[in-house]
Amino acid sequence: MLNKSKQVTFQFNGKTLKGFEGDTLASALLANDQMLMGRSFKYHRPRGVVASGAEEPNGLVNLGQGGQFEPNARVTTTELFEGLTAESQNHWPSLEFDVGVLNNYASRMMPAGFYYKTFMAPAPAWKHVFEPLIRRAAGLGKAPKERDADRYEHFYAFVDVLITGGGIAGLQAAKSAGEAGLKVLLVEQTAHWGGRAPVDGVQIDGIPAEDWITNTLQALEGMDNVSIRARTMGAGIYDHGYALAYERLTDHAPTQDLPRHRLWRIRAGQIITATGAIERPLAFAGNDIPGVMLASAVRDYATNFGVSAGDRTVVVTNNDDAYRTAITVKQAGLDVPVILDARPQGGGALADEARALGIRVETGKAIAKVKGSKRVTAVEICDHAGEGSTLETIECDAVAMSGGWSPVVHLWSHCGGKLVWDDAQAHFRPDHERPPLGADGTGFVSVVGTADGELSTGACLSNAVKRTNEVITKLGSLPKRTAAPNATDDAMAPLMPVWKMPQGAGYKLRSKMWLDYQNDVKVSDVQLAAQEGYESVEHAKRYTTIGMATDQGKLSNINGLAILADSLNSPIPAVGTTTFRPPYTPISMGSIGGEASGELFQPINKTPLHAWGEDNGAEWEPVGHWRRAYCYLRGDESVEQAVHREVLAVRNSLGLLDASTLGKIIVKGPDAGKFLDMMYTNMMSNLKPGKCRYGLMCTENGFLTDDGVVARIDDDTWLCHTTTGGASRIHGHMEEWLQTEWWDWKVYTVNATEQYGQIAVVGPNARKVLEKLGGMDVSKDALGFMEWKEGKIGEFDARVFRISFSGELSYEIAVPASQTRAFWDALHEAGAEFDATAYGTEALHILRAEKGFIMIGDETDGTIIPQDLGLNWALSKKKDDYLGKRAQQRIHMTDPNRWQLVGLETTDGSTLPDGAYAVAEGENANGQRNTQGRVTSTYHSPTLNKGIAMGLILNGPARMGELVEFPMLDGTSKHAKIVSPVFYDAEGEKQNV
Amino acid sequence: MLILECPYCGVKAEETELQAGGQAHVTRETVGSDDDAFEQYLFTRANPRGVHLERWRHANGCGKWFHAARSTTTLEVYGTYSAQTTEPPKVILDAITAKHPNWRYEDWLGTS
Repeated sequence: MLNKSKQVTFQFNGKTLKGFEGDTLASALLANDQMLMGRSFKYHRPRGVVASGAEEPNGLVNLGQGGQFEPNARVTTTELFEGLTAESQNHWPSLEFDVGVLNNYASRMMPAGFYYKTFMAPAPAWKHVFEPLIRRAAGLGKAPKERDADRYEHFYAFVDVLITGGGIAGLQAAKSAGEAGLKVLLVEQTAHWGGRAPVDGVQIDGIPAEDWITNTLQALEGMDNVSIRARTMGAGIYDHGYALAYERLTDHAPTQDLPRHRLWRIRAGQIITATGAIERPLAFAGNDIPGVMLASAVRDYATNFGVSAGDRTVVVTNNDDAYRTAITVKQAGLDVPVILDARPQGGGALADEARALGIRVETGKAIAKVKGSKRVTAVEICDHAGEGSTLETIECDAVAMSGGWSPVVHLWSHCGGKLVWDDAQAHFRPDHERPPLGADGTGFVSVVGTADGELSTGACLSNAVKRTNEVITKLGSLPKRTAAPNATDDAMAPLMPVWKMPQGAGYKLRSKMWLDYQNDVKVSDVQLAAQEGYESVEHAKRYTTIGMATDQGKLSNINGLAILADSLNSPIPAVGTTTFRPPYTPISMGSIGGEASGELFQPINKTPLHAWGEDNGAEWEPVGHWRRAYCYLRGDESVEQAVHREVLAVRNSLGLLDASTLGKIIVKGPDAGKFLDMMYTNMMSNLKPGKCRYGLMCTENGFLTDDGVVARIDDDTWLCHTTTGGASRIHGHMEEWLQTEWWDWKVYTVNATEQYGQIAVVGPNARKVLEKLGGMDVSKDALGFMEWKEGKIGEFDARVFRISFSGELSYEIAVPASQTRAFWDALHEAGAEFDATAYGTEALHILRAEKGFIMIGDETDGTIIPQDLGLNWALSKKKDDYLGKRAQQRIHMTDPNRWQLVGLETTDGSTLPDGAYAVAEGENANGQRNTQGRVTSTYHSPTLNKGIAMGLILNGPARMGELVEFPMLDGTSKHAKIVSPVFYDAEGEKQNV
Repeated sequence: MLILECPYCGVKAEETELQAGGQAHVTRETVGSDDDAFEQYLFTRANPRGVHLERWRHANGCGKWFHAARSTTTLEVYGTYSAQTTEPPKVILDAITAKHPNWRYEDWLGTS
């Protein structure tokens, strides 16, 4: 894997170091004798690398700088590149000397459940003492400060078979499925194919594993129906054959102009996981001291990267596989002082080979304790069956441990695949009788190879062929091959389960046996959890935080639940596992977002007048997906000045509003009137063509959901205006009732919102400007208040509605979207002599509030019924039924103590804060002041030059003239008089002219 | 993410194209219903472990509402059918009882 001809320079904690192309950050750091890589989460213990792959819990760094900065990057899965910069995490002031290590001596005081128990302390102690302390001491990487400079993308793939894992089983599965003609996607999380087979040095079909892998890859590349992707992790498996894969395109080569990560969204007919197995650590005292590593990792670093973990490596094991590490290390010319095999009978052929190399092998022996602090210095040996009395101390600088292998069953389990406990191998493996089920009720995931519990090469390959053939048959194709490749295997002696070492270790040793390295959970913590009654594995997990770190317990979970089972005197399968949740390892937030960031985050709805707003000082605000102008700034004026100028222009002369965002839904058909009578609280069926009516819409539970003006177009056609941003929702609401309740009614609905632009021409000079443009007669007699007419205004095709949301003479004019900009320009030109002023949403709000008109979303919040807002006049008494009518008869809805809409006027003319509460006498059960109302809309009225507000007040309409108190955040109070909500032109003389 | 076949347009729609609409076959109560019946209608829904009949809308597709019969535990789909019916058609009932012989529509109705 290593290209020793190409040196790569990188930085770690400010030091410039060198590695080779093909190194991981972990192997390069080890090669520079940088075993200490971080500090643990709770006790700030020194931490070195333990593993060589995705399961690594310790080697986490802050990677990169600026917009490329990323915390918690795993050194074992970070490929080295020229210029890489990394900093270790969770230490202060330096990695070598950490103040927080005091936590370590306090660990007797800080056992499992410490955080939970601390929560039970008096609240002020938590807030002022514990939380600030814990927050400073705990934590891993830093949060990035700059915006992510990289780009990401999503890929969609549809395949017959998705295979995750490119070890020999995955390669064989891809070959079998490919030969059967199926569309195959094979993904592998690392940059390399073949998994552990080359490291283990096995022979397949009479040739070295490397050669078999090369041949198989070549065969796969020759098949058009097979795609293969390295650096692509099968991240999660979800319902009905959906899977996510996470491709890291440029993490190893950041100068390439490509998206950094790619998220594959895959639909597969069948999924095969060939995810291999992970070696388990052994729990002995001091097993977290840097230099203690998984035996497989020691072998990986030696074989793949030419790096030794130490000069003198003690191997400790309960199975034969670790002997391979001893042999590898010895053959590399380094010293293996002893192999400690906990099994009284010892190992098989590999043990004989080790002895033949002159390695001392001790059976039935264990590590009592590892000595050292920032690095292993020695191990104390004891009898495994005993309590840990030291027989001998052996100096060493590395320990290679193996507690057996656990199949990676995560992906199988994500979508409900169940597990069985394999007593002989002491691990959980997939239960093929209970797979994740697809839409047809049969399994859609299969597991092959080592992930299926087949730990020897030959069995692994024949398992892959057999299970893949089952998948091929299930998909209706014919398997082309029945014989699996031949593989040679060393005969292995049986493993002996070892969950703590030595067997009879006392508390002192158990409290130094780490299970979860990153979160600092020890054997004693899990035992304490069991003692305190946390018997469910899920509870024990949360109480101790085992398996909750960024490695998600890949090393700790099985050991932890074995300890829990032992403490509870239950068999391991009865305790069960915690839930495996996707993703397998953390994936970047950027990849989840994909292309949807910045301008592409969300599509923006723009009206035909958007460009005009851009050119004329519009301050945009989002309303649903629309952008509406809050106001249009002129010169140096402030937003407030602009809003007030706009309000006064409308009141005094002429304002123009872009009302294109109002929803426009056409409802048509013989039963349209009957249908609208159900949708609105008012009667709409008796509206005459040519007339308009303001209507309220409620949900079935009685609450106001929308309002707007309905115009009857002809005998069987109505046009319903909805609130801005409400069009899709209300159209959906109508369709739901039409399709699912009254499907026999003959009604069609169309959402025509974007077909028309709409401009409100408002103010005392509104009629004059339209008359100047010419066309239809817009006089009071020809077009009265709450009437509409179709015709020409100037050269424009117009539908003119005499409706007013401001209390002024007002025409809302809809023209085809394509004519809207020209019409708007024409209105400005003709209106110049009246100082025609474009106004925005804030002026609109003030104008309506001055008139006491409600606004959906201000006066309503999903708990308000029309009766609360004095809108009883809009509730038809003639109709038997409408949506919400029955609900409005419920006891709580007819309660006379419901707060009701009034106007509020402060005694000093100031403006009340939005949402302020009016207090009443007395206090509630929480010692807070009782309340009797709240502000729903509040503005400074430039027309009246004082603060005006609307609010909901207990018995409000009956209390006109009374003062109510609104406490402010600064401890003072404002007093306001209850008045009519109509502050301006109460008689409505100005709109009806 | 589920895949449900829209019985109107025939598209095998992915969950992101669909809007969930809760329990199917709820009878509307309105003016004239007593308080208990109306409360049941408004607020109480079946939440069975196993076979369920649900409303879905092909929202980012043809826009039509339809019904789906599926298992809330295994996610097996027994079929989709028109929303314009007050009870599931025989073909759906047969598909369910083929897998769950003791399942009865009447019992399911009674769970809410």
